Order: sequence, then C-alpha cells, then structure tokens
Amino acid sequence: MALEIYLDLFSQPCRSVYIFAKKNNIPFEFKKISLLEGQQYGEDFGKINMMRKAPAIRDGDFCLSESVAIMQYLAEKFQTPAHWYPSDLQQRARVNEYLSWQHMAIRMHGSKIFWLRLLIPKIMGVEVPQDKMDAALEDLNASLKLVEDKFLQDRPFIAGEQVSLADLVAIVEIMQPVGSGLDVFESRPRLSAWRERVRAAVGTELFDEAHKDILAAQEMVKTMDASKMQVFKPKILKLFL
Amino acid sequence: MELYLDLHSQPCRSVYLLAKRTGIPFTFKSVDLSAGQQFGEDFGKVSVVRKVPAMKDGDFILTESVAILQYMVEKFPQLVPGHWYPSDLQRRALVNEFLSWQHTALRAHGSKVFWFRAVVPVVTGTAVPKEKMDSALEDLKQTMDLFQSKFLKDSSFIAGEEVSLADLVAIVEIMQPVGTGLDVFEGQPALSAWRERVKKVIGEELFDESHQSIMNVDCLAKTFQDNGMLEFLKPRINKMFT
Repeated sequence: MALEIYLDLFSQPCRSVYIFAKKNNIPFEFKKISLLEGQQYGEDFGKINMMRKAPAIRDGDFCLSESVAIMQYLAEKFQTPAHWYPSDLQQRARVNEYLSWQHMAIRMHGSKIFWLRLLIPKIMGVEVPQDKMDAALEDLNASLKLVEDKFLQDRPFIAGEQVSLADLVAIVEIMQPVGSGLDVFESRPRLSAWRERVRAAVGTELFDEAHKDILAAQEMVKTMDASKMQVFKPKILKLFL
Repeated sequence: MELYLDLHSQPCRSVYLLAKRTGIPFTFKSVDLSAGQQFGEDFGKVSVVRKVPAMKDGDFILTESVAILQYMVEKFPQLVPGHWYPSDLQRRALVNEFLSWQHTALRAHGSKVFWFRAVVPVVTGTAVPKEKMDSALEDLKQTMDLFQSKFLKDSSFIAGEEVSLADLVAIVEIMQPVGTGLDVFEGQPALSAWRERVKKVIGEELFDESHQSIMNVDCLAKTFQDNGMLEFLKPRINKMFT
C-alpha cells in the first residue's frame, strides 16, 4: 500500500508536509480532508488519527500525526538531502529549537488572527471586539519580531546557509494571517527577503500551488455556508471569545 | 555546560532529570521565576526569549526543553542509553509525535490549571470565576484521557517497552496541576501504574527532589509578596483572561 498523506491545504501544518513530500519526490497518495466541512470527525478518519486533526499519514499499518513528527519520519525514511534536518549537532539543535518554540508562538498567534479576521465573523455573524483583535495582533507582532531577531538574525535561513524544516514550518504559519488579508511582510523587508529565499529553495511553483487555497481564503469564506459551520461555535467561544 | 533552571517550571524539570539521571556534567544556574529573574539583564544575555530552561554549552546557547533534551542525547551517547530517544524509525516517530503534541495539550492545559489554582488567586486576591475554572479542568481532563488512550494505550511507556524523552516530558507536565493539590492520578490505575514505572526508572529520590518546589506551592503567596512580584504579574494575568 502506498504512503497516504491526509491533508487540507488550508491548514498550515498540512502545507509544510505537502511541500516537503513533493519537493523531495516522496511518492504518496494525497487524501483530501476538508476541515471546514468537518470531515476530520468522520469514522474513517478517526481510524487514521483519533486526535481528529490533519495532517496525518498512514504508511502501511503505521499511522502518525503531528507535522513535525511526520516530516522527521519522512526525512529519515526517504533519506532526504541533509540540509532539511542537518546532522551537525548545533545546526540540528537550531532547527529543533524553532520547531519546538513555534507551537505556542507564531503558530498560535497566526492561527488566531486568521480565525478572528475571517472565520469568526463568518460563523458567529459578528465582528470581533477591537480590544481582542488588538491583543491578538500585538502577540503576532511579538512572535514575528522573535522570528526576525532571534531565529533568523543575519542568516539566510534559520539553521544557517541552507533551508531546513524550520524555515518550511515557519513560512507556512506566517502565510496564514496573510491569507486573512493581513500582509505581515509589507513592513518587514528582512522577513520578505527570507520568504523569497524559502520560496526559491522550495520551488516557486510548488510554493504558490500549496498556498493557492489559503490565499483565496477571503473570497472562499464569502461563499461558504455559515450554517454548515455551526459545529465550530463552541470551540470559538471557548478559545477566542 | 550550564543549565539555567527553575524547578517550578515543567520543562526545567525534564531537562534536569535527564541530565542528573544520566550523569551529564553541568552547572545548575538558578533563575528564580518568582522573583522575575528571567527579565534581568544577566539572563537577557543568555536568552532574549526570557524563558527557562536555557542551556549554554561553551559559546552555544540553546532554548526549548525539547531541543535541549535532543541535544543532550546526541552529544552524550556514551552517557545516555539509546532508549531515551530510540533510533528505530517508528519508535522515534512515536516519541516525536508526543513531543510535538504536548505543547498545546498536556502542557497548555496543565499550566493553565496551575495558574488558575495557585497563582491567579494569590496575585488578584480572588478565585478564578467558576465557569473559567470548570472549563480549564474539563480541558485538562480531556487531554489526560487522550494521553492515556492514544499515547499510553497498552504499552508500558509511550514509545513501547522502554522509557523515553516522551515519558519524561509527560510526567513533569502532569505533575504541575498535582502540585496545586489536584490529584489527577486518583481513580486512574493505568496512569498511576505508568507514573510508578517512570519514577522507578528515574529514581524515586531524584524524582521527588526535582518536584519538591512544585509540591510546595502554598509558599508562592508569600514569595511573590516578598519579591514584589504581585504588581508585575497582575497585567499578565489580566491578559490571560482577555
């Protein structure tokens, strides 16, 4: 049985896994899971990942979730070029450090902005209070500052001279608020330059293809049927409001 | 090697436990979080992120406990047995899967309950509103159930029959709410059995020693007051509720 990768390209961690697998010519079957339609709650997907989240893989009878773990697994199994997850002790540590930090920082803050700007107004039918929006933006800006000042500094990529899993995970997360109409790159020339380097390293065609859906999110959300998304209300109330 | 630690902090405990258990030589550099030392000038030179743990190995500085643990395993193969971070592809994946998942699950919810029970009432002078407390407790319960049904299942440890970094990180996070007097192990025989197995591998004495601060959080009230931290913490806490 071929490697199956369960993906929804609206999801940041799905994009990093997708780009990594395609860039490295890893043979896989793309199994589409539509998160906004709630397909992650279906019975079949529950057998793949009981956490009900994407991405997830099924490799023979081995199932795995968590994009970071999936990419570490694929890098090892398919012996991808070393720069993706360097074997040098300190370089690898730099990558691991970013992969760990990002969960409760850029991922959390970028996701929140996406929900606050696009999904919550659609699902709840109300605009988010300005003070909440401001607080979320402040958090995102603080995270972006750390990406620039700590993780990149004057290096071309997070781990040094070559692109790695860290840059891939970083870029897909930073593109999320961009998809909601917030161009975080606009006032950040250093970050923009890094984005272009990552885009070139990954392949501009692949990068753009992977981000097609998220960059069309504003349009897509307009045409979505809010009544079908009411299942997200409790989560929204709990997490964001 | 210098390890910048405050054992009130879960990720500091996992780093401390691995180093002590395996005999990795290090200097313990105390960073007193209850006195705000992470915001001091000295620590700022170590880590601009202002968080613990942090590691300084010669000129090389590293933050994030997961990265530090992975670094220690790799740097000291002669001291750290392979089971801590197995080289087998699938076993390592199971460890990595847990280490990734835990940030926004066990860690997030365990920390929140800790803050709500032990810190917020002390700083603000009032208990957390019942609705918020119940919600946080419910989240913790759900995450603990998920931890057991997905990560523990029928094996002795997360990655199989031997302890690994995953169990170490799990146990220190689970101990955080326990320190506030919330016994999450009560009525959970499988979870308790796992805890005992992990404690045994680490060594009871070392385990208990590293958890001494967190098991005595009643002192926090006076500590914060003595250190002038109450006013500093208030806006942070307000933000948690925004």
